[in-house]
Amino acid sequence: MTALLSVRDLHTRYAVGKQVLRAVDGVSFEVARGETVGLVGESGCGKSTLGKTVLRLVPSAEGTVVLDGADITHLGDSAMAPHRRKVQMIFQDPFGSLNPRQTIRTVLDTALKVHRLGDKAERARQMQEIVTRVGLPADALDRYPHEFSGGQRQRIGIARALILRPALIVCDEPVSALDVSIQAQILNLLVDLKRDLGLSYLFISHDLSVVRYFADKVLVMYLGRIVESAGHATLWRDPRHPYTKALLAAVPSTDPTHRRAAPPIKGELSTDIVSGCRFSSRCPAATDRCRTEEPLLRPVGESHHAACHYA
Amino acid sequence: MSLLAVEKLSVGFPGHTAVHESSFSLDAGETLALVGESGCGKSVTAFSVMRLLPPNAQVKSGRILFDGLDLLTKTPAEMRDIRGKQISLIQQEPMTSLNPVLSIGLQITEVIRRHEKVSRKQARARAIELLDLVSIPDAHRRIDDYPHNLSGGMRQRVMIAMAVACGPKLLIADEPTTALDVTTQAQVLDLLDDLRHRLKMAVLLITHDLGVVAQWADRIAVMYAGRIVEKADIKPFFAQPLHPYSRGLLGARVDVDTEEHYLSDRLTEIPGSVGSAAGEAGCPFAPRCPIVVPACRLAPPPLIVQGERAVACPRVSA
Ligand SMILES: Nc1ncnc2c1ncn2[C@@H]1O[C@H](COP(=O)(O)OP(=O)(O)O)[C@@H](O)[C@H]1O
Ligand SMILES: Nc1ncnc2c1ncn2[C@@H]1O[C@H](COP(=O)(O)OP(=O)(O)O)[C@@H](O)[C@H]1O
Ligand code: SF4
Ligand code: SF4
Ligand SMILES: [Mg+2]
Ligand SMILES: [Mg+2]
Repeated sequence: MTALLSVRDLHTRYAVGKQVLRAVDGVSFEVARGETVGLVGESGCGKSTLGKTVLRLVPSAEGTVVLDGADITHLGDSAMAPHRRKVQMIFQDPFGSLNPRQTIRTVLDTALKVHRLGDKAERARQMQEIVTRVGLPADALDRYPHEFSGGQRQRIGIARALILRPALIVCDEPVSALDVSIQAQILNLLVDLKRDLGLSYLFISHDLSVVRYFADKVLVMYLGRIVESAGHATLWRDPRHPYTKALLAAVPSTDPTHRRAAPPIKGELSTDIVSGCRFSSRCPAATDRCRTEEPLLRPVGESHHAACHYA
Repeated sequence: MSLLAVEKLSVGFPGHTAVHESSFSLDAGETLALVGESGCGKSVTAFSVMRLLPPNAQVKSGRILFDGLDLLTKTPAEMRDIRGKQISLIQQEPMTSLNPVLSIGLQITEVIRRHEKVSRKQARARAIELLDLVSIPDAHRRIDDYPHNLSGGMRQRVMIAMAVACGPKLLIADEPTTALDVTTQAQVLDLLDDLRHRLKMAVLLITHDLGVVAQWADRIAVMYAGRIVEKADIKPFFAQPLHPYSRGLLGARVDVDTEEHYLSDRLTEIPGSVGSAAGEAGCPFAPRCPIVVPACRLAPPPLIVQGERAVACPRVSA
C-alpha cells in the first residue's frame, strides 16, 4: 500500500535580508496510514517550517509532497481545497491561533462551512460530538477562547483540527507550552483519537522523551536536514549519529542516582552552514574528512538511516 | 542558622492570595529546587525575597530572614545594596533583564561599580574574567557585543556573569533554562552548579522540570496553588514522593530512562486543572486528588514534619 504522505527532497527557503535561509534543505520521508512519525531537533532546525510546507502553508522551493496518492506540491487554491481537509495542524499555542472574538461554535462551524460539510443540523450535531470527544464540557461551544485554561484551549485546537475528519494531523509542539500534569492528559487524548479514528500523525517536538513515547518512527533533524531516522526503540537503544547521542544524553533523568555525563557537545545551533558535515563544528568525533565531505543519509541497519561518515 | 529562612510568607494580589503561609530555608552552598505548575506562586516567592514585587502585590504576613535579618524590614536603599551584592536573580528570558542598547561589557561593569569602588578599567578587566568564568569564548572581544548579537544560551551566560559579579551568597534562578534547548540547558545548569561550588553560593532553583531537579538540586520544595505541599531531600523524594500531587507529577512525566511507549503504556494523568483550587475551602488539591476523603475539604492541611521531610497531607506517611 502506498504511504499516506510521501515527501521527496523537499526544500523551503526564506529570504532574510539579502541572504537565503535554507530552513528545509532536502528532506525525504513517508508517513504510513495509522503511523506516528516523530520529528525532533533543537529550536530553529526547521521542524515547524517542514510541517507548514507539508500543509502548503509555506511554499516549497523544490521537491514533491504526495498526499494520499495525489501530488499536491503545485496545486492552486481551488485545486488544493479538496485535499486541504485531509491534513490539519495543531499548534503549540492554540490561543495565538484562535480568534478571541469568536465562540468555539463559530470557529468550528466556519471550518465546516468552508468545506461544505453537512447542513445546519448536521453541522451542529458534528460540533457537539467533537467537543465531547476531546473532553470539553458540553457548554463549551458557546464560550470564548479566554474562558478556557491552557489545557482546554489545546483541546479546542484539537477539535478544530478533527472537525474536518482529516487522515493526517501535523502536531507542532502540542504539549510544549503545557504543564506536566496537563501534558499527560493531552497525549493520552491524542493516543485515543488515533486509535479510534485511525489517524496518522507527524508529531513535532524538541522533547526527545515525549517523541520517544509517542512516535512509531523518529526523524532527527539538524539544520534543515534529517540526520538520523529509525524506529523508536532502535533509536533509543542504538543511536548512531553523534547528534542523536548528544540529544539523548542531555535529557535530564528523574533518577538522581543516575548521574548524567557532561553533555558531549558544545555550542549551539547556528544557521551558518559550513562545508562538509553541518554538525562538524559541534561534533566531538569530527575529523578532517568531516570538514570537507558532506555525509549523506545512508542505511546503517534495518529501517535505520544516519548521515554520518562513521555511523 | 540558615542563610535564607522564609517563614509563613503570605502574598496577596487584589482579590486573591498568590502565596499562602509558605516556609522554607536554604543553607549556605546548597541548591533548593522550588517546583510547581505555572501560576503556583514560584516567581512571586522569588520576587518577595528580592523585594521586587509588582506594586499591586502585598506581603500579608511572614518574615524573610537572610543571614538572620528580616529583608521585609529593610529600606529601599538597603535593599539596593543587598540586591546584586548579596542576593542575585536571573530570570527565564534574559532579554527582559538586559538593556538592548548597551554592550554586555558596560552592563557587567555597571553592576560591579554599583557595589564596589573600582576604576572603570579594573571593572572591565573583571568583566572579561567573568565572561571567561561563564565560558564565553573570546571574552575580550565578546565584551563589546550587544545582547542581540548573542544566542539564547550565551545571553543566559551573560546574565549569570552579572549575577555572580559581586560574589552573592544567594542566587535565585527563576526558570533559567526553560527557554533553552536541552543541550544548552545541560551546559547552563552544569555551569551554575560549578559556580555554586567554586563561589560557595546557595541557589534557589525555580523550575517546573523534575528531571532538572533530580540532576541539579540537593533538596526540593513542591508548590501547589500557592502552598508548599512537600519538602524533602532529592534521593528520598524521587525514591518515594509522598504528597499525592508530587506522585501525580512524577507519574505524568515521560521519563527518558524508561521504555514506556504509547502502544503499551498509558500515561498517568492528574485529572482536571489547577484552576479548581480557587473554589476549594480545604486541601487545594482535593478536586484532583485520587485519594480524597470528605475530611480533606474542611481546612487546608498543614505541612507536617515527618523525620527529614515534610508533607501537607494527613493521608500519607513515609
Ligand atoms: N517566516 C520566516 N521568515 C524568515 N525566517 C524564518 C521564518 N520562519 C522561520 N524562519 C527561520 O527558519 C529556521 C527554522 O525555523 P523553524 O522552522 O521555526 O524551526 P523550529 O520549528 O525547528 O524551531 C530558523 O532559523 C528560523 O529563524
Ligand atoms: N502582577 C500581578 N497581578 C496580579 N496577579 C498576579 C501578578 N503576578 C502574579 N500574579 C498571580 O500570582 C499567582 C502566582 O504567580 P507566579 O508566582 O508568577 O507563578 P509561577 O509559579 O508560574 O511563577 C498567579 O495566580 C498569578 O496570576
Ligand atoms: S560526519 Fe563527522 S562531524 Fe559529522 S556527525 Fe559524523 S563524525 Fe561528526
Ligand atoms: S489532604 Fe486529602 S485531598 Fe489533599 S492531598 Fe491529602 S488526601 Fe488528597
Ligand atoms: Mg517550531
Ligand atoms: Mg514564574
